[in-house]
Amino acid sequence: MSPETIELVLISVVTAATPLILAAIGELVVERAGVLNLGVEGMMIVGAAIGFAAAYTTDSTLLGALAGMAAGVLLSAIFAILAVFMATNQVATGLALTILGVGLSGLAGAAFVGLKRDGATALDLPGLSHLPYVGKLIFGEDLFVYCAVGLVAAVGYFLSRTRLGLTLRAVGDNHASAHALGVSVRRVRLIAVLFGGGCAGLAGAYLSLAYTPFWSPGMTAGRGWIALALVVFSSWKPWRCLAGAILFGGATTLQLHAQAFGFPVPAQFMSALPYLATIVALVLLSILDRRGTAAPAALGQPFVPDR
Amino acid sequence: MRIDLEPRPKASRTREIVAPVAALLVAILIGGLVVKLLGKPPLQAFRVYFIDPLTEGWSLQELAVKASPLVLIAVGLSFCFRANLWNIGAEGQFIAGGLFGGWLGIVTHGGSGGAWILPAMLLLGALGGLLYAMLPAVLKIWLGVSEILTSLMLVYVAQLGLDYMVRGPWRDPMGFNFPVTVNFDADATLPLLVEGGRLHAGVAVTLAVLAVAALVLSRTLFGFEVRLVGDAPKAARFAGFSDRRLTVTVFAISGACAGLAGISEVAGQIGQLQPSISPGYGFTAITVAFLGRLSPFGILIAGLVLALTYIGGEAAQVALKLPLDMTMAFQGILLMCVLGADVFTRYRIRLVGRSG
Repeated sequence: MSPETIELVLISVVTAATPLILAAIGELVVERAGVLNLGVEGMMIVGAAIGFAAAYTTDSTLLGALAGMAAGVLLSAIFAILAVFMATNQVATGLALTILGVGLSGLAGAAFVGLKRDGATALDLPGLSHLPYVGKLIFGEDLFVYCAVGLVAAVGYFLSRTRLGLTLRAVGDNHASAHALGVSVRRVRLIAVLFGGGCAGLAGAYLSLAYTPFWSPGMTAGRGWIALALVVFSSWKPWRCLAGAILFGGATTLQLHAQAFGFPVPAQFMSALPYLATIVALVLLSILDRRGTAAPAALGQPFVPDR
Repeated sequence: MRIDLEPRPKASRTREIVAPVAALLVAILIGGLVVKLLGKPPLQAFRVYFIDPLTEGWSLQELAVKASPLVLIAVGLSFCFRANLWNIGAEGQFIAGGLFGGWLGIVTHGGSGGAWILPAMLLLGALGGLLYAMLPAVLKIWLGVSEILTSLMLVYVAQLGLDYMVRGPWRDPMGFNFPVTVNFDADATLPLLVEGGRLHAGVAVTLAVLAVAALVLSRTLFGFEVRLVGDAPKAARFAGFSDRRLTVTVFAISGACAGLAGISEVAGQIGQLQPSISPGYGFTAITVAFLGRLSPFGILIAGLVLALTYIGGEAAQVALKLPLDMTMAFQGILLMCVLGADVFTRYRIRLVGRSG
């Protein structure tokens, strides 16, 4: 392979990883606050549908991305009312959110099937973006990519270096103690869930605005679930989440390129690779990580304050 | 303003029956709102969805045929959910059942036939679903891998596997290049219960399984164990019930039920394998299980209600040009309402002002 081809492959790895990074970093914050929101896939696909619809109507990628985020936040608010304030079962509520989201995305996107628009514009720094071999990879991605990396850095800093981050982790590890210390457990969880919803919506919008600049039903294809697995895979650590997403982006890209190189493997097997890789990754992680799980201690447990 | 939840001292039978009914009504209201937002008449949509399918003989049969897989899968899932285990990959186990049982239907095609074929197909189907459910169960008890994620991932794998088989090795050579297998022989097809109708013997299989499940849950030590683990996990551990054995058993039950539902659909409704054999029954069954409050009788009723949304959804697509996605959106709304209503049975809910 020539250096140019390698650069092209790496660029497609980054594009495949970006929606995973965005969705996973949001869910990571949610889970660090002790809430398991299985609705990532649903919020993501609504973000994709609404994001494309808004961008197509207003002819603005930025407005599309914002609309996708807003849709994710709205859906996650429904989840928060049920799971955080009414203490419903988080697994079942998250599933309901995914089912609802997939249905709503079909309704919202019905009028936009088959329409196309230009993809998101890439960064263009005079000089830098046109450097040979690395220019386009490092300085010429679309803006979502930088946004995703920035988000990982911000979340990493927030969780480990700020007082609020410490509060959020306390809520996720022991909500009763946090409550006793005067922390408003449910408010912290609400904000975390809304943040996760925004991230998932943005991840979805990335798919329909930059990854493939059109809307098609079911286009998230399980990426929301893979993002959930990534959070586990990363042991709830932001930078590992980024690394994991790039590995998965690599697996997806491998699938496309293997087909291009004409490997004699059925297309369906190649399409199944990301899902199988997810299972293998989770298995490997639990074999290697014998010290026990790094999951937030109160993950998935509803909190009912005893006044 | 603040929401306060006060635990209720004891459960009330009335409230447990009222809650799902109220949830259904609220879901219908919200659904009507969505229909109105889409610019369609909500009252007419309600009639097409929930009344019309109940008025004709053929549609009542269709209702039973659609409810059958939902009830069968949901009964199996109720064992898992009661034990606080989350098998959300029933859709994949359904497909695995269709593949396992369907294999026999394909290899016996054009053969001498025999009465053994159909029961063997059903058994193989149940076995296929069971084995496919063992993957997440075993990974969970050996390595502590989340059963939620693995069971869900395996749905995608099963869908792609089915797609590969019917487009590749199992494609009917005389099928004009359509991605379908041969039509099963009469001996490999579930007989109709009504001459010239739609109702097939799979519905009877479902009812039989439902009865057995009700007995097991209420009358056996194992049923007690499942209920205890869900209600009081600590007590169950003190009583010496093994987590691992229970995990494997409830996954086996739910997988076998889903697999049986899969082969019943393939050998009953469809009569061959094709790239898609389920309109999401495995996921809808989760809503059915919760709407039925995880009890066999409740699941029967809930299965009929959700089957109604499938038939109504198809009719509404024709009559009102409502997209099929409306059915799925409604199912999500309904599940949320059911979970929300459940809170009222366990807690007294108070809205407290700032001062409180």
